[in-house]
Amino acid sequence: MSSTLLLSEFAVFVIAAFLGFELITRVPSLLHTPLMSATNAIHGIVLVGAILALAAPGDTFTKVIGFIAVVFGSMNVMGGYWVTNRMLEMFRARPARRRRRR
Amino acid sequence: MAAPAFLAYLLAAVLFIFGIRRLRSAETARSGNSISAFGMLIALGTTLFITGTLSLPEILAGMVIGGAIGAVSAQKVKMTAMPQMVAAFNGVGGGAAALIALSEFYQTDVLGTRPETLVGSITAVLSILIGCVSFAGSVIAFSKLQDLFLTGSVSFPLQRTVNAVVLLVALLCGANAISGGAILPFLSPFASIAVLFLLALGLGVLLVVPIGGADMPIVISLLNAFTGLAAAMSGFVLSNYVLIISGTLVGSSGTILTRLMSSSLGRPLGKILFASVSGAAAKKSGEREERPVNAASPEDVAALLNYEAEKVIMVPGYGLAVAQAQGAMADLARLLEERGKEVKFAIHPVAGRMPGHMNVLLAEADVPYDRLYDMEDINDEFAETDVVIVVGANDVVNPAASDPEVESPISGMPVLDVKSARHVVFVKRSLSPGFAGVDNPLFYDTEKTMMLFADAKQGLQDIIAAVKSGQ
Repeated sequence: MSSTLLLSEFAVFVIAAFLGFELITRVPSLLHTPLMSATNAIHGIVLVGAILALAAPGDTFTKVIGFIAVVFGSMNVMGGYWVTNRMLEMFRARPARRRRRR
Repeated sequence: MAAPAFLAYLLAAVLFIFGIRRLRSAETARSGNSISAFGMLIALGTTLFITGTLSLPEILAGMVIGGAIGAVSAQKVKMTAMPQMVAAFNGVGGGAAALIALSEFYQTDVLGTRPETLVGSITAVLSILIGCVSFAGSVIAFSKLQDLFLTGSVSFPLQRTVNAVVLLVALLCGANAISGGAILPFLSPFASIAVLFLLALGLGVLLVVPIGGADMPIVISLLNAFTGLAAAMSGFVLSNYVLIISGTLVGSSGTILTRLMSSSLGRPLGKILFASVSGAAAKKSGEREERPVNAASPEDVAALLNYEAEKVIMVPGYGLAVAQAQGAMADLARLLEERGKEVKFAIHPVAGRMPGHMNVLLAEADVPYDRLYDMEDINDEFAETDVVIVVGANDVVNPAASDPEVESPISGMPVLDVKSARHVVFVKRSLSPGFAGVDNPLFYDTEKTMMLFADAKQGLQDIIAAVKSGQ
């Protein structure tokens, strides 16, 4: 790995870290759990890494490890987004009811 | 990396950022989630197409199997079991990150099919360490929340020392692997990676085992941040920007979210992770049996409501959610209002074990939204309230939380001040302590407290019937 590549990766890391801090400020406690679940779904991006690991040339060991990683990553992505959506669907009902009752 | 792939990954990362931003308010949250899911689709599609892996059957099979398990469990899980579901998905994500790094290490060190770099080795070690801790910790969190095993807080002597030793040995193994076996000549680099893998799993178990139930959402949030970081480390191993960006975003935003959660519950993070929950809770539970309580019938409760109550506050908890009794609670509230009484609902931030969960359940039962009050808004009103009806909540109304004498998993957590009301009615199956395993001294205040031992739904329906026939 060349040092310029490493430096730019590190720069991206630092900037993304600050961005993350900035994004999650003043979130109402009402949304804490859906937010946790949604960010949970995003780290399902490891599936990209798992696909690359399984696709790389290797032997039976790497194939087995890579396969489990792909299954795990897919569960994380699919389940994470699905369950977050189900949760947020319930939240959506709230403002509608509020209007109807007032 | 080819330019089109790079740009597609960049677009995916931008969609993740945009998606998280829209999760700030309830109105835009759902579209935020969809936007971020679209970003994921782009990132995965790019990986499959540009790298030509779309034709590999084992990858597609793995994605179909994992995706199906994820989708089916996400669709079937009950809303009340949401925290453990989130923990489960987090755990597999952390596990995937650790396995990717393990595979990369094996490719460089055993097969020699990948060039070895110092940064690659360091980040692989970190990815395995963090990913395994997150995986094992999430498994324990899941089992605690699901009441499978190791429920409540489990502690043993010298816990912190043991944790520190395990971490140090794990780091030593990691350093040995990075140095190519120079530090511990008797362990080959890959063998020390294997030891690191196992020790990190053990560390995840050790870290979460002593943590009590009430703190579980915070721990899950922290493990979520860990998995994000592990994913970012995998990004360094593979030199893949989208992994670095999204993993880091989740790592840092998850850390802030964990801090927000713990401060809104008045539970400093250090206290949750390192509190020595010793014999205090266990000792109290021993003397529980002998103390008398004021067991009441539905008719007793109805008489109290009919003749002594002008102002009533309802406190719904996890037990109510599990028993699906929110409809019965709403019915009782309407009935009391028809009799000219003032009824309010008090919602603790973690009622239902999940912030914001209870508001949704009650809204579904057609409880008018303006009757629901947050803890800060209603705590002063308990003092001028005649009757408080607590259904399925224990930890969130437990005055022991603010008792400096009692060291417990809920110490310091702000609670609903129900003890200031003139009368308190608990609808509860038994005297068992709540999820945090801490006995509630209010149960034994026979002057003030009535215990109605019943299933939440049945108990409320019985009270409704008794109130109707009592006048």
